[in-house]
Amino acid sequence: MFTYLLRRLGVAVLVALTVSLITFSMIYLSGDPAVALAGEAATEEDIESIRTYYGYDRPILVQYGDWLFKALQGDFGQSHYLKQPVALVIFERLPTTMMLGLCALVFALVLSIPLGVLAAIRPNSLIDRTALTIAVIGQAMPSFWFALTLMLWLGIIWRLLPITGSDSWANFVMPSIALGYYITPAAMRLTRAGMLEVLSADYIRTARAKGLRPVTVLFKHALRNAILPVISLAAVQFGFMLGGSIVIETIFAINGLGFLAWESIQRADLPMMQAIVLVLSVFYILLTLLADMLNAWLDPRIRVA
Amino acid sequence: MASERILEVEGLSVAIPTPSGMLHPVQNVGFHVDRGETVAIVGESGCGKSLTSLAIMDLLPLRATRSADRLVLDNTDMLRIGERQMSDIRGNRMSMIFQEPMTSLNPAYTIGDQLTEGPRRHGQSGMSEARDRAVWLLEKVGITAAANRLRQYPHQLSGGLRQRVMIAMALMCGPDLIIADEPTTALDVTIQAQILHLLAELQREFHTGLILITHDLGVVARVADRVAVMYAGQIVEEGSAHRIFTTPSHPYTRGLLDCIPIPGKTARGSHLGSIPGIVPSLIGEMPGCHFAERCRHATGRCTSRPVDLGDGLEPDHRVRCVFSPEELQP
Repeated sequence: MFTYLLRRLGVAVLVALTVSLITFSMIYLSGDPAVALAGEAATEEDIESIRTYYGYDRPILVQYGDWLFKALQGDFGQSHYLKQPVALVIFERLPTTMMLGLCALVFALVLSIPLGVLAAIRPNSLIDRTALTIAVIGQAMPSFWFALTLMLWLGIIWRLLPITGSDSWANFVMPSIALGYYITPAAMRLTRAGMLEVLSADYIRTARAKGLRPVTVLFKHALRNAILPVISLAAVQFGFMLGGSIVIETIFAINGLGFLAWESIQRADLPMMQAIVLVLSVFYILLTLLADMLNAWLDPRIRVA
Repeated sequence: MASERILEVEGLSVAIPTPSGMLHPVQNVGFHVDRGETVAIVGESGCGKSLTSLAIMDLLPLRATRSADRLVLDNTDMLRIGERQMSDIRGNRMSMIFQEPMTSLNPAYTIGDQLTEGPRRHGQSGMSEARDRAVWLLEKVGITAAANRLRQYPHQLSGGLRQRVMIAMALMCGPDLIIADEPTTALDVTIQAQILHLLAELQREFHTGLILITHDLGVVARVADRVAVMYAGQIVEEGSAHRIFTTPSHPYTRGLLDCIPIPGKTARGSHLGSIPGIVPSLIGEMPGCHFAERCRHATGRCTSRPVDLGDGLEPDHRVRCVFSPEELQP
């Protein structure tokens, strides 16, 4: 288990480095940062002075090395717009986004795993069909449209929940649903498929032949084996959700990382954008690592593979 | 010694709906098992022997329906109890060993966990007691360093070892009856004999009833007390192992025995027997003898009406044929 962890950790670090390099260069590919910063009315001299001031005149690799070295120490530079350390701003906003992501994930799993299990126990039954309908709708509906629909009904017509802001837990309900619903279909279908396969496995018959209670057979013997792909999927989807939270946070005006990213793009705030993309990527990598560890813990065969 | 009846089966049938009609893989099967006795159910693939055992355990696939006139395990009428009470019996008073040791153990749990689960479920013992019994039984089934094995996972054991674990598992609660469904089919030939000897030995030691389901007549000849030969969902001949092997009556049994060479008896280079034709489809009703199409004795009488399991050459011997056993002897 320990060697497995070390090996996975090594891979994770390599992936993080690659991502950071891509992140860094992608921002240069989108145009000359000095021109973007200087604004429309700037003269050639203004642009040149901005370029030397921020060090954009140096070779890209040197800039990257410099940036990475500082980033490793937690220094992502100053925000061009807010004139504050980037790390500080991100640190303030990160908990909100994580909270949103976690709530959305919990919502998605609490909805999809039981529905998937029920659908697998009674394939082609009413509950299976209902679950399928939910899945198809979830897959087909754009999250921004769903978010607006939620807002309209729960916020404006029925006045049950606040529409914008991130001050209380009630603010998180609609965004979590909007964001979490997005990953529900895949998780549910995967749970169903996994359970269907596992329930017909020989070891389930063995468990039943031992006289174990149906609940024990279902949850101890079946779900543990069926859930493995769902965990991997959840980690991947959580990454997509962090990206999706840019849309959702903007719609609900939640003061999180996604909202900050959107603001930063509009303000051409390069250091901020770089840092956000990097932080989100590292989070994504950590989650995948966590999912791998969880799977290894659940399935002893993975530990040796 | 007066024999004590452990299992009585009468009129056991299984029906499975299929798109092309109702399938009857098990039809009106009846037999009994005494304490300390090994009853072998033999027959080729698809003759319904595995479904018979699953029907006794009430572990049939969801779509399949079971019906029986009598299904009694040591004074418990299994037709009259609900699923909850049935699960109290399963693994406790009646346990099962499956054909596929490679996939019959849950990959996610240790051997120890899976062995002790049964006794803990049936309230027979606590954790430490169950562990002690697991170690003791693992040693009994010939697994060395048993205490360490408890911490191992199924994927760390070979097929032969896994089947030994399955046998130990079947014995954990000290059942009255063990059903072994082709326990050696998936194993290496060299391991097959070992496992079989082990089963026979344990059965004698624990004095349980054993139903051995197999298509391997060599296996049967070595360990069975009584034999039931199944063909196309029915028992066609039933009797003591000695009777079946020395003077088989039913044409199908005789055909089966002709297929295996006997050392010293079968001439070197001679052709072994084979049974012409294929097993009939069991979808829909089938009047008359199921074997008639492939039988060289068959006459018009065979297919016109159902053929019952009639008296054979001795009290415990029964044959399903329109001809009398005497007529059938060569």
